[in-house]
Amino acid sequence: MSLHQFLLEPITCHAWNRDRTQIAISPNNHEVHIYQKSGNQWVKSHELKEHNGHITGIDWAPKSDRIVTCGADRNAYVWSLKDGVWKPTLVILRINRAATFVKWSPLENKFAVGSGARLISVCYFESDNDWWVSKHIKKPIRSTVLSLDWHPNNVLLAAGSCDFKCRVFSAYIKEVEEKPGPTPWGSKMPFGAVLAEFGGAGGGGWVHSVSFSSSGNRLAWVSHDSTVTVVDGTKGSTPSQLKTEFLPLLSVLFISENSVVAAGHDCCPMLFRCDDGGSLTFVSKLDLPKASITRNISAMERFRNMDKRATTEDRNTALETLHQNSITQVSIYEGDQRDCRKFCTTGIDGAMTIWDFKSLEASIQGLRIM
Amino acid sequence: MAKNTLSSRFRKLDIDEFDENKFVDDHDEAVDNQGPDGAEIDNLIRQGDMMTAFHIALRNPPVITKNPAIKERALAIVLRVLTSFKSSDIEPAVKSLDRSGVDLLMKYIYRGFEKPSDNSSAILLQWHEKAFAVGGLGSIVRVLTARKTV
Repeated sequence: MSLHQFLLEPITCHAWNRDRTQIAISPNNHEVHIYQKSGNQWVKSHELKEHNGHITGIDWAPKSDRIVTCGADRNAYVWSLKDGVWKPTLVILRINRAATFVKWSPLENKFAVGSGARLISVCYFESDNDWWVSKHIKKPIRSTVLSLDWHPNNVLLAAGSCDFKCRVFSAYIKEVEEKPGPTPWGSKMPFGAVLAEFGGAGGGGWVHSVSFSSSGNRLAWVSHDSTVTVVDGTKGSTPSQLKTEFLPLLSVLFISENSVVAAGHDCCPMLFRCDDGGSLTFVSKLDLPKASITRNISAMERFRNMDKRATTEDRNTALETLHQNSITQVSIYEGDQRDCRKFCTTGIDGAMTIWDFKSLEASIQGLRIM
Repeated sequence: MAKNTLSSRFRKLDIDEFDENKFVDDHDEAVDNQGPDGAEIDNLIRQGDMMTAFHIALRNPPVITKNPAIKERALAIVLRVLTSFKSSDIEPAVKSLDRSGVDLLMKYIYRGFEKPSDNSSAILLQWHEKAFAVGGLGSIVRVLTARKTV
């Protein structure tokens, strides 16, 4: 587990390049900073300044090496590296509220932007006019879209929103792709069709994050009522919900077909297992603190504490977890969604931590990732 | 000085109801539970069978209905059961509940906190401590985020 503290500002969002030598982060302001790995350190190599409002989403396309960013200024930009400089291209999203989330599709010919305007903007490149065009998915979304994830078939899109529901939409754009084959979620997929809708029903909170598994058959989401839910499209549409005893989780990710990692306001990533019958169980917290060593305080420290903090005790106010504040995003660092070996978390404390499953399996008794 | 001092009884429409951006929650058409049966609970309390009274009180919670009278009645019955418990019996009672039962108990506890009566706070705090040990922060978060409340 290696933690790197970028700055004291919260990291709103982050994105890795293909070989994980560069990371693009936004330190809670209008800019995106790209850091290059050099040895054990991270050196700032680029600053992307074009947005007029806080950056709310960054995604880096691994194959085509393009970055898409979206912000509270209702805009999105696609950045391409030309002669060592990142050049932005404005995308007209036609939204009248802030953008909240952005994700490239698996084939990188489209990207989807969630927004506070209660709609999703799916954008594709029109080469005739040499610009990015957006199409809207509006119905039946009734509140801000908080999170999106693409199905591996490049057509289906899962969206979690503040109207307490998680939905699967079709984002089929006939100008850039062929008609998709049938999937467990449905076979007729015109643009904007709702193939599945879960949640609501009087319980539930805002859906903070959604994630498809690598096969696309399973969909997991976390919601503000401290629950994790998984639904298996091949086994009918009854979701399996787990009510946790933790604070709400903010980000969820499939790290194998049967395992899900989620992290949130408890500042600690947690592992859940989804068995073949589709039911979800909690496996373990992945940030178990080592036993703290109580030291004897020297007299000098005691007086210093009395002076600084008006206390004579060695009361440590730091959290026991690695992250000192909520984790807002979990991403895959090494491996892919079928078999992830390392994952990365960033949070409001401005730190980025890389977690290695090999060392987690060794240090936590009985932990096996399946 | 003119129009706005005249009678406004002509205003029969509430224009906010027609705002298309207004969020209307899904409502279940199902006929809702009426809450536990007061007479049965009284009998059980008199007999001293607190555990059964406890389980019956938590059955049929009136979560869907918007009728405050039904909710008040159910709340009163549940609070009567909770306050009649002996401190030592609280923990086994909480342990006998499943996850949703603990969430429901937490909802009733917080409703009980809203209107403290003479002795209710002390016993409710003990219930809260035991329910928290089982349900954790998640059960309290679910009380805050629930839209179907008791």
